[in-house]
Amino acid sequence: MAESTFRVWRGDGETGGFQDYTIETTTGMVVLDAVHRIQAEQANDLAVRWNCKAGRCGSCSAEVNGMPKLMCMTRLSDLPMDEPVTIEPMKAFPLVRDLVTDVSWNYRVKENIAAFQPREPDNEDGTWEIFQEDVDRVMEFRKCIECFLCQDVCHVLRDHHLHEEFIGPRFMVHVAALEMHPLDTGDRLETLRKDQGVGYCNITKCCTKVCPETITITDNAIIPLKERVVDRAYDPLAKLLRVVRRKGTPA
Amino acid sequence: MASGTTSLPVRTPASLPARSPFGGTMRRDRWWLQPLAVFTGLTAFGVYSTWAAFQGEFYTFGNYLSPFYSPELLGDSHHAWLGPSPAWWADSWLGWLRWSPAFMILWAPLGFRFTCYYYRGAYYKAFWGDPPSCTVGEPRKSYLGEHSFPLIMQNIHRYFLYVAVIFIGILSYDAWKGFWFEGPGGGETFGIGLGSLVLVTNVVLLGGYTFGCHSLRHLVGGGMNRLSGRPLRREAHRGVSCLNRRHMLWAWMSLVWVGFSDVYVRLCSMGVWTDWRIL
Repeated sequence: MAESTFRVWRGDGETGGFQDYTIETTTGMVVLDAVHRIQAEQANDLAVRWNCKAGRCGSCSAEVNGMPKLMCMTRLSDLPMDEPVTIEPMKAFPLVRDLVTDVSWNYRVKENIAAFQPREPDNEDGTWEIFQEDVDRVMEFRKCIECFLCQDVCHVLRDHHLHEEFIGPRFMVHVAALEMHPLDTGDRLETLRKDQGVGYCNITKCCTKVCPETITITDNAIIPLKERVVDRAYDPLAKLLRVVRRKGTPA
Repeated sequence: MASGTTSLPVRTPASLPARSPFGGTMRRDRWWLQPLAVFTGLTAFGVYSTWAAFQGEFYTFGNYLSPFYSPELLGDSHHAWLGPSPAWWADSWLGWLRWSPAFMILWAPLGFRFTCYYYRGAYYKAFWGDPPSCTVGEPRKSYLGEHSFPLIMQNIHRYFLYVAVIFIGILSYDAWKGFWFEGPGGGETFGIGLGSLVLVTNVVLLGGYTFGCHSLRHLVGGGMNRLSGRPLRREAHRGVSCLNRRHMLWAWMSLVWVGFSDVYVRLCSMGVWTDWRIL
């Protein structure tokens, strides 16, 4: 048993500030355990969103010592406990109260992304034939638990508030999962360039750094999408090749 | 088939938290260390390579040619491809400046690195503070990113890649020539000097960096959704992806080594260092 201090953000979107809570901590505790102990012993009205306590639901996203993390997956033993541990809500979304933010903007963004559009079935029974090696690449993107830590750390949303022009790394991953799927026939590139702001990403790789599912967001999703957009909009040689191929294809 | 998006409004949420001031963060770690290291490393390389490019001398030593000067298109050494330094240079308004073969070629590797996806992320942080580091407040409120001019021009990267691949071929030839020394009878004999190994290492590191390029990864197969049934593209994509996973490491190792290769040839040429013959 040891005593540790946690500096927790208390307040709503209008007013608020940090408040210190000192509690007893034990080996194996994670930040969410500490928050629950504070809630049980000292601040019954502390608002915190959580669910699985296993890093699967993506509910308990917050900022611990200034870095976006899942509270349930952040061990106290990995933090410097000789000074107060700061716990804050995410900064890219409106604050509801204490550690709870309104992440509904993300759901509205997702509704706007063109859904999976599979090609006609390969077989008469309505099934398709695909190879594992072709879907391996998009399997990585399916690991996303929508904790929105990547959205929170992205400076385009967090600092510049360009929510109307940029969909953020989470949805770049979503678009990549659809665009790279071997069955999909949808074309999202022009929308990605014009309306969803792929060009705003300046490749700082902060999203990759904070992803609890270790998805290589920047290298495997965003940059490949940027390259596809270059093919479509910015590479005159690629455009010329497309025209030549189109003319060479029998009608 | 329908594509694109529907037209649901996605407005910026009301009452977002205030921006952090420049440098403001709750982080406890030494977040400034990495951007500082990048700033120092790139500045040091920029200053040295500019100085070296303007020297126009001491860039060859026997069969060795500095990678900063390769290919030597117009120059006064026996490595020159097209002839000696242009005679009109000395009489022109640039005559006060010594002709340097590096002027003709250095734009290509510098352009390749400047538009490289890894370096872009690194120098946006280190030089522009955009952001200085993850979750650290920025110096400016406005932001255009690579969405519009001028940074939209970064999309030219693949064209610099095409040139960089040619340069790898040329530098490989230089490294090969680095094993052929002038013999006692005037002919060329095979040998190994420390400089030969320096130039070979340079090509290996530059190759690891160039062939792990994100644009190349896209061009060889990443742009396709199905690589099954295309064994060449599949293997090429795997190979490039393998190098790409350590792109940052390759980028820094090759940057440091290409600078060192110039230093090695320069100091040997100036007589400060003696090239050690192994064989």
